[in-house]
Amino acid sequence: MSRHLKALPALGLLVLLAYLPYLPVELPGLLPGRVNGPGSMQLLAICLTMAGIALSYDVVFGRTGLLSFGHALFVAAGSYLTAIGMASLGLPLPLAALLALVGTTALALVVGGIALRVGGIAFAMVTLAFAQAASIIVLRNPGDVTGGEEGRSLDRDLMPDLLLGVNNAPYRYWLALAFVAVAWLAVAWLSRTRAGHAMAAVRENEARAAVLGFDVYRAKLIAVVVAAFLGGLGGVVHAVVLGGSNPHLTTAEFTLSLLVMVVLGGAGSRWGAVLGGFLYTYADSRLVNLSGSSLLESLPGALGNVLSQPLFVLGTFFVIVVYFAPTGLTGLGHRVLRRERVE
Amino acid sequence: MSDVVLLVVTGLGLGALYFLAASGLSLIYGLMGVLNFAHGSFMVAGAYAGWLTMTGLPDSLGVGVRMAVAIAVALAVGALIGFVVEAVLIRPLYRRHIQQVLVTVGLSLTAVAAVQGVWGSDAHPLDKPAWLAATTDLAGAEVPNDRFLFIAAALLLFGGLLALLRFTRLGLVIRAGVENRTMVEALGINVQRTFSVVFAIGGAAAGLAGLLAGVYANSVSPLQGGSMLIYAFIVVVIGGMGSLTGTAVAAVAVGLVQQLANYYAASGVGDLSVVLLLAVVLLVRPASMQGAH
Repeated sequence: MSRHLKALPALGLLVLLAYLPYLPVELPGLLPGRVNGPGSMQLLAICLTMAGIALSYDVVFGRTGLLSFGHALFVAAGSYLTAIGMASLGLPLPLAALLALVGTTALALVVGGIALRVGGIAFAMVTLAFAQAASIIVLRNPGDVTGGEEGRSLDRDLMPDLLLGVNNAPYRYWLALAFVAVAWLAVAWLSRTRAGHAMAAVRENEARAAVLGFDVYRAKLIAVVVAAFLGGLGGVVHAVVLGGSNPHLTTAEFTLSLLVMVVLGGAGSRWGAVLGGFLYTYADSRLVNLSGSSLLESLPGALGNVLSQPLFVLGTFFVIVVYFAPTGLTGLGHRVLRRERVE
Repeated sequence: MSDVVLLVVTGLGLGALYFLAASGLSLIYGLMGVLNFAHGSFMVAGAYAGWLTMTGLPDSLGVGVRMAVAIAVALAVGALIGFVVEAVLIRPLYRRHIQQVLVTVGLSLTAVAAVQGVWGSDAHPLDKPAWLAATTDLAGAEVPNDRFLFIAAALLLFGGLLALLRFTRLGLVIRAGVENRTMVEALGINVQRTFSVVFAIGGAAAGLAGLLAGVYANSVSPLQGGSMLIYAFIVVVIGGMGSLTGTAVAAVAVGLVQQLANYYAASGVGDLSVVLLLAVVLLVRPASMQGAH
């Protein structure tokens, strides 16, 4: 019973979010235009997609305690394989997405299998190296497959009409929402399985988990592969929402931003990762609009310029969170709630 | 033949830049176990401090003099920033390695954004003396003179650091600390105090690397640090964390492999082979990642 009760807030939020495209309300300052207008819908779709991708990264970082700097590789693989499958092989979207998911999972088995032979910071460096290699390949554009710095756009003729065009932004929004829901359920299910318990044990104390009889290597590999699968799915959705693949997805900065999202929200918690991913992406795109605001104009030149940089605000906020709220925003929320109950 | 000479000297020059950036990283990781993502910001700080000095000094001084002052300023600014970052941000998180990494990640985002906010995201051209822009004939190859400056700077730093590690008490504590920090502390030596010094030295080297990378590219830009940082990381790991000689050898190897493979195979193959080299080294010798823990 209590388990079902616990799912209520998430379910309620899901229903509310699913209803948003029917809500012709303006939220001045918060969203561009009406909530169900194409601008807001597109922005929210991107935020939700990033929330789901942050959730996938949390499977390795928050749940298993693996500091991976290569998660961008899997998201980019999902996105690029979809675009390449459609544009170069002429596959329809569902088949291209399937190809992307199979390819990403296979890539995760190989990269994870190799990188997990070392632990700790060395694992971080090997994953960084693999992701960097992918980034170099994508930028060099071998055989005109990846499109280099321009990226690759999806073939519009092969796309379902429902997902194309400005007016169909709500459908892309629902797609992103569905992705978050699927990732949420998958992570919830994973954390209840034996493999999920093994991951938690590895995060707390790897040596003890090994002594207790857990196959540590297997648990870590499952974490990497599941995270990569969900990340690859996120890449597919990302490509659909944005209409193509962008080389920014392959960079180390992209993985670092995922790390920042998860830590901001609260590592090892579904609410934390989703909230962190959503708020980071939202702030990153909305803070730019603040740069022209009168508040910043009134500040002396250099200070206003610096504060108008989204990454400056987010980076500073991140450092503060690491110091004063190491469990992230959700951890902070829990603490406040508990204190109220005690009083 | 002249192609080979040019590629080798350029590769060595690039390796010298990598060494300047990586030596500080390596010492910091070896002694403190901190993977310093903010090192790229130290480089950008040095580059911009140097550029501001170059443009701020009166033209009547001559480019060479201004460049010399700029190098001194880049060293000082790098050292100061390294010292302050250690004291303010790293020290309170003593021995919490993941959080230390996270803080340096946040700092690297903030610093690049701040530089972009103040001076814009475009590259700023950097003057250099005529003799530095000229070339020297070496066995039939026209080698740009700045490559020799990089190599000389790296050799000076390498010699200086070796002497510091070998002949001073501070160097003794650092060497012992890299080997086994707990034991050094148990012997009643304050290792913590050497952390600030190591960060300051690493910061100074990074500041110099940043300015010289600006000389290499003829301009300074906010994103220069990030792209150098990844190769500096690779150099540090291949060289064996905390080993100065290893870092020097790895820097030369990475610089040469990158230049030669980029020229003789295809553009981009060199960068890829460096990454592969790292993966192979880590898998064959995972022990190379042992530092202070």
